Amino acid sequence: MSTQPPSRRSLLIGGAATFSTLMLAGCDRLSASPKFIDFLGDAEGLNMRTQRFLLSGGQLAREFRPEQMSPVFRANGSSDANDNPQYLTLLEKGFADYRLTLDGMVARPMSLSLDELKALPQRTQITRHDCVEGWSAIGQWKGVPLSVILKAAGLAPSARFVVFHCFDDPEQRGDLTKRYYESVDLVDAFHPQTILAHEMNGKPLEVAHGAPVRMRIERQLGYKHAKFVSRIEVTDSLARFGKGKGGFWEDYGYNWYAGI
Amino acid sequence: MSDAALPSTAAPKRKRELFYRHRLLTRVTHWTNVVALLFLAMSGLQILRAHPALYWGQFGANFDTPWIEFANIPAWLTIPSYQDLSTGRYWHFFFAWVFVINGLAYLVGGAINGHIKRDLAPTADELRPRNILQDIRDHLRLKFPKGEAAQRYNILQKLAYLGVICLLPLMLLTGLTMSPAMNAAAPWLLDLFGGRQGGRSLHFIFFMLIVLFVIVHLAMVVLAGPINEIRSMITGRYEIKPEDEA
Repeated sequence: MSTQPPSRRSLLIGGAATFSTLMLAGCDRLSASPKFIDFLGDAEGLNMRTQRFLLSGGQLAREFRPEQMSPVFRANGSSDANDNPQYLTLLEKGFADYRLTLDGMVARPMSLSLDELKALPQRTQITRHDCVEGWSAIGQWKGVPLSVILKAAGLAPSARFVVFHCFDDPEQRGDLTKRYYESVDLVDAFHPQTILAHEMNGKPLEVAHGAPVRMRIERQLGYKHAKFVSRIEVTDSLARFGKGKGGFWEDYGYNWYAGI
Repeated sequence: MSDAALPSTAAPKRKRELFYRHRLLTRVTHWTNVVALLFLAMSGLQILRAHPALYWGQFGANFDTPWIEFANIPAWLTIPSYQDLSTGRYWHFFFAWVFVINGLAYLVGGAINGHIKRDLAPTADELRPRNILQDIRDHLRLKFPKGEAAQRYNILQKLAYLGVICLLPLMLLTGLTMSPAMNAAAPWLLDLFGGRQGGRSLHFIFFMLIVLFVIVHLAMVVLAGPINEIRSMITGRYEIKPEDEA
């Protein structure tokens, strides 16, 4: 017969183990609930409003000196767009037939070749690329400020967002209606460091980095910097793109505002 | 002869004194902080899991050399327990705001009601090496203050609490150093913490120091009498043992 009362220590340990198991299970259940995640997601609005307030002077992201650049800048996301025959055809001819379309809520839709893009005013910047995963790499980018072509096209007064359509699909599904896409609002669209980069580290942009043109959105995380850009569309709502969250990773639950 | 007349070995029961030790603001912000820090720690480890390597300097990625790399971060330490960076970020930023608002309430309230100056700021006498050494000896012998001395924090306690009160804002600042938007708004953060990756490493190191504080703090609570200590942080009332009691 051993019905001794449990010792204080075993009660404590048992209690702690039960508590942590229940807590983990509870957190997993809450994490799977879209309503609860929406509730936690209220912090995104606070983050954005606070950071936009702090950035109301249009401050630039830090630019670095050439000797501060990463020795190797790792490629991330799609390293090619090989499931897209249109892209492969353009790549074969060295993007001689590439046209960047700018349309949507603009007065003058445009279609620009790579040479035409290079003939526009250019900006070169050495900036840090920050992945949402936590790593950073510093590289040099050259391209046309997005504001230059947006101003040339003339935005409709009700325009609110700029959507970047891409050739690639990180999941390589071979379905041309399911491609990478991203979006920014007009604050970041007209920021001087927001450029359509066609050169990286002094050389034409490599395929792994999103040739022929990728976005640089320097005050936000890496997934905003759409690669393999094919078309830029100005819109007043993000609802009709993808699952309506404003980007490929946003549709998987990542924050649309990626300033933090 | 009645029992009462028998010689008793027990000393006559002394009246124990309940002392109002922790104000409402201290208690509420303490427990709010416990909850916020627990969720921040576990969701933070989820975020670390996405790239479990830390670097010094402005940049750091797969082709660079980390100063530390984690082979495996136990799932039971992270929220959610499965790998899910975006959900981990939701938890982290939500509780980061809870932590910031709670911390501000504590600091502003503590400055106004005099808690920080009265209870935490060490006096010149307390900072004398002799007093500090004495307090270290008392701690090592697990000799806890009694009587009037138990109404005040001892010097090691004050230094530990002040240390953690400095560490917590540093957690916020190193956290913000990882935000590209904050880097544009406040580039001095990059200079202060040696770049985004430096800030990320320090965020982890300061976190480890807080974990160390929590371990020592909990050990002291258990050693000093957990019921009394925990009650005092719930109801505010702390029982003081008379000076001559063993």
